[in-house]
Amino acid sequence: MKDISLHILDIAQNSISAKASVIAINITDSINQNIYSVEIIDNGKGIPSEMMPTITDPWTTSRITRKVGLGIPLFKQNAELTGGHFSIESEVGIGTQLKATFIKDNIDCLPQGDIQGVLLMLVFSNTEIDFSYTFTTDKGEYTFDTNEIKQVLEGVSILQPEIKKYLKEMLAENIKELY
Amino acid sequence: MAKIKSLADLQKMKADVQNKVDLREKGDAVDKLVQVKVSMATCGIASGAKQIMEFFMDELDKRNIGAVVTQTGCMGYCYAEPTIEVTLPGQEPVVYGYVDQSKADDIIEKYIKNGELVDGIIPQNYETIDDKK
Repeated sequence: MKDISLHILDIAQNSISAKASVIAINITDSINQNIYSVEIIDNGKGIPSEMMPTITDPWTTSRITRKVGLGIPLFKQNAELTGGHFSIESEVGIGTQLKATFIKDNIDCLPQGDIQGVLLMLVFSNTEIDFSYTFTTDKGEYTFDTNEIKQVLEGVSILQPEIKKYLKEMLAENIKELY
Repeated sequence: MAKIKSLADLQKMKADVQNKVDLREKGDAVDKLVQVKVSMATCGIASGAKQIMEFFMDELDKRNIGAVVTQTGCMGYCYAEPTIEVTLPGQEPVVYGYVDQSKADDIIEKYIKNGELVDGIIPQNYETIDDKK
C-alpha cells in the first residue's frame, strides 16, 4: 500500500465483511511521542481462535475466492518496518481490535495519505454501519461520530449531496485544527 | 478566522435540505437507480480502487445520474483490479476490469448513459484455475 490511509480502508473492509454494526477508528499522530498509531475496533463476528495463531500469515484467509489474505500481513509488515509494532485481539461473537503503531521519524514510515477521503468513503458507502473516528494529536482531540450525525439529521439521508459536502468540510476543518 | 463547522450548523442546514429532498426523492426508488460496486479488497485498494470509487461518486453526482456507489469485497479477479460491477436498472450486472479514470469515464458516458458496452468486460463464465480442477 502506498500510504497508511489505504491500509485503514483495507482493514476496515475486514470489519465490514465481519458484519460489524459499529466500527471505531482511533488515530493518534504525535510528534512528541514520535508515533502514528491506528486502532480499529469492531463488533463483528470475531476471528475463530484456531485461526488466531496464523492470522498475520499471508496464507491465512477466510475467503474462498483465493488462497491468500494480504491485508493484515502487509499492515503488520509496514508498521514493523519502522520499528513500530502490531497487535490483534479477537473474540468470536464480540469483535476484533487491531492496533498498528508506526515510528514517525523512521525513513520507512508511510505517509498518512488521504485520511479524510478514506474515512468518508467508508461512511458514505456503508450507511447502515456506525463509524466513530477519534483523532488525537499533540494539540488536542476530535471525534467524528456518524451516530451523532444521524441523530442530528433525524432521518434525512447522510447521502444527500449538500450533507456530504458539509461533512467533508466539517471533518477537514476539524482535523486541520489539530495540526 | 472563520468558525469551524460543527454539528449545530448541520442541524440548521437540515431543514433546507429536507425540502429539496422531498422533491428529488419522487421517482427515486432504489431499483430504478444505477448500481456501481467497486471491488475493495487488498488487491483492489493496492491498484487504485479508492480513486476510482471517488471518481464514480463525484462524477455521477455531477452528471446528475441517480446511482448508488458501494464497496464490495474481492470478486476473485485480482489480476484485473480495479474491477467494478455495474447494474443498470432491470438488467444483468456487468463486471469491468482494469478500470482506470479514462475507462471509468467511458463507462459512465457510454454504458451507464446509453447502454453501449465498453471494452474490458470480464465474462461471467470466466473460471479461475481453481474452478477448473
